[in-house]
Amino acid sequence: MKQVNVNTTHLNLVIPGRRKDVLSTQKRDKVMKIIALVLTYSFIVLMALIVIFPFFYMIIGSFMLEEDVISGKLWPTTGSFFENIHYNYTETLKRFDYFKYVGNTLIVGVSTTAGCLFITILSAFAFSRLHFKGREVLFTIFLATMMIPGEMMVITNYITMNNLGLIPIKGQTAIQAFTVMILPFLSSVFYIYLLRQNFLQIPNELYFSSKVDGKSDWQYLWKVMVPLAAPTLITITILSLIGSWNAYVWPNTAVKNDNYWLISVAMRGTALEIEDPLQPQVFKIQNSWTMVASTLTVLPLLILFIIFRKYIMKGTGRAGIKG
Amino acid sequence: MEKRNNYKAWLYLAPALILMAVFTFFPLVNTIIVSFIENYNSAYGFNAEVGERVVNTGFTFKNYGVVLGITPRNPSTGVLDKTFLSFTGPSALGNTLMITFITVPISVVIALVISIALNQIKVLKKFFQTVFFMPYVTNIIAVGMVFSIIFSTNGIFNAMLKSNTNWINVGASYWNSMLILFVYIIWNALPYKILIFLSGLQNIDKQYYDAAKIDGASAFKVARKVTIPLLSPQILYITITSFIGAFKEYTAIVGLFNRSYTADGNVPDLFTVVYYIYDKLNSTDQVQYASAAAVILFIIIMLITLVQMKVAKKRVHY
Repeated sequence: MKQVNVNTTHLNLVIPGRRKDVLSTQKRDKVMKIIALVLTYSFIVLMALIVIFPFFYMIIGSFMLEEDVISGKLWPTTGSFFENIHYNYTETLKRFDYFKYVGNTLIVGVSTTAGCLFITILSAFAFSRLHFKGREVLFTIFLATMMIPGEMMVITNYITMNNLGLIPIKGQTAIQAFTVMILPFLSSVFYIYLLRQNFLQIPNELYFSSKVDGKSDWQYLWKVMVPLAAPTLITITILSLIGSWNAYVWPNTAVKNDNYWLISVAMRGTALEIEDPLQPQVFKIQNSWTMVASTLTVLPLLILFIIFRKYIMKGTGRAGIKG
Repeated sequence: MEKRNNYKAWLYLAPALILMAVFTFFPLVNTIIVSFIENYNSAYGFNAEVGERVVNTGFTFKNYGVVLGITPRNPSTGVLDKTFLSFTGPSALGNTLMITFITVPISVVIALVISIALNQIKVLKKFFQTVFFMPYVTNIIAVGMVFSIIFSTNGIFNAMLKSNTNWINVGASYWNSMLILFVYIIWNALPYKILIFLSGLQNIDKQYYDAAKIDGASAFKVARKVTIPLLSPQILYITITSFIGAFKEYTAIVGLFNRSYTADGNVPDLFTVVYYIYDKLNSTDQVQYASAAAVILFIIIMLITLVQMKVAKKRVHY
């Protein structure tokens, strides 16, 4: 910059050799910024549409008659809208015992979550507040188990449960089925880790002052620490419930009686088909009804997610911070 | 005081420890042992006679041989099982490696680009963040079935392309089925990655960007020289966890294709390692092969983790 023209009213920078000054550069920058912003938003909107499309189509598909779904329509073109919904949903619910499976899933989800919370609170307390020999070593061993593929455990757990007579091929009872589904998942290293991190943030002073007040460790844990860690406990509760709702592998392997199917297992296991009116004994799978069953399975999750978005995203994100 | 705390701590830990002992530590050891037992049968002791057969006849490496397709399962027929490992066609291990090395890099890059874009905007940021996180909470089986309808021969995807390619229905080619599987796995893998990347991006000090701006760095250069190095801990974490996750792929296949049928009729050519394990676990006299495959999976995952830890020491900026 050799040449600077100073004006009393405004400053104007001229870059020699190029016919540019500050004003035109600023203008150009502004245009570029707007173009960049438009491009960014278009990209985000496009990607968001791709991400959301399966959900959109799942719900719209459950409003369509079969011929629309199997001819790739984006919007219902045949039948009347409300009659289609009524027909699809009643016919699906006749074949897919939704409320029974939701009931089973809730039994497993609520018991697993309650047991898991209790055990997690006790362990996280021991790992964060109590001093004992080998604490760090034991915690490291606990964390290390998260790296081991679950299949290593599933194989032997299946053998164990089978040898205990809990997985008979025929006539598995409710007690057997639910024991098998709940028991192995009552303790979770990930939740213990999450809660321990939270407990560690609670200042020592609270502990000492409650000791002065004559409170026992047990009282301190339930009266002071648990209420303070409520957000983490809510996160654990929701993640654990979602986990049960989406559980497939273990319940599918270990439950032989379809009366005790969980929702995901039932979703894949139920035949949503109709007898061909022209050819008796020939059954045709109804894609529109699959859409109904999928909607019924996914929608409760989406609603739960929208209500508890903050807790879910925080809880899932927490694992990454340690890196 | 210290002593009293000691026994009390173990009381607090007792429920978790008992459960972990039964359902985590014992299984870990037991599965390794089972993988070395010949003619394994969980209900009997060593050399017990069960009808015509003698079970648990001793320790052997043969189970690994059978899984890897070197030793015949039944010596009298001499047929080798190539489902797990094959150099001439699709196999469980081959498919798993392909899924891992294709879906992980692609989904990491897409997630990174989306996160950087999301980090640039202010209006509607929270809304889009929520939208991108939605696939994370959904049921992988149910949405897999929706995907299978979208990509079916008469489905909406073909209708939009005005084509009649058979992507995933009976008779579809191996590669078409794999392609849709990749799409589904990537769709499913994005939300968690975006969440982690975005929280990492929000923690980057604004000063770095101001400095880059003063230096007149282009947007691409800023991403390459500032954003990605500062995000390297998150990128490493995501890469390790996604490699492990992709190696254990199973439910996406069950959702997209059905259990018993795969693209080329009934040949199990879309098996993955974990699919193989559950397949063997479901037939009572093949648990030892499931165990051997699980041990192989365990070793591979350990190796991946170790290699990436090594890389991390050299490359990751903290």
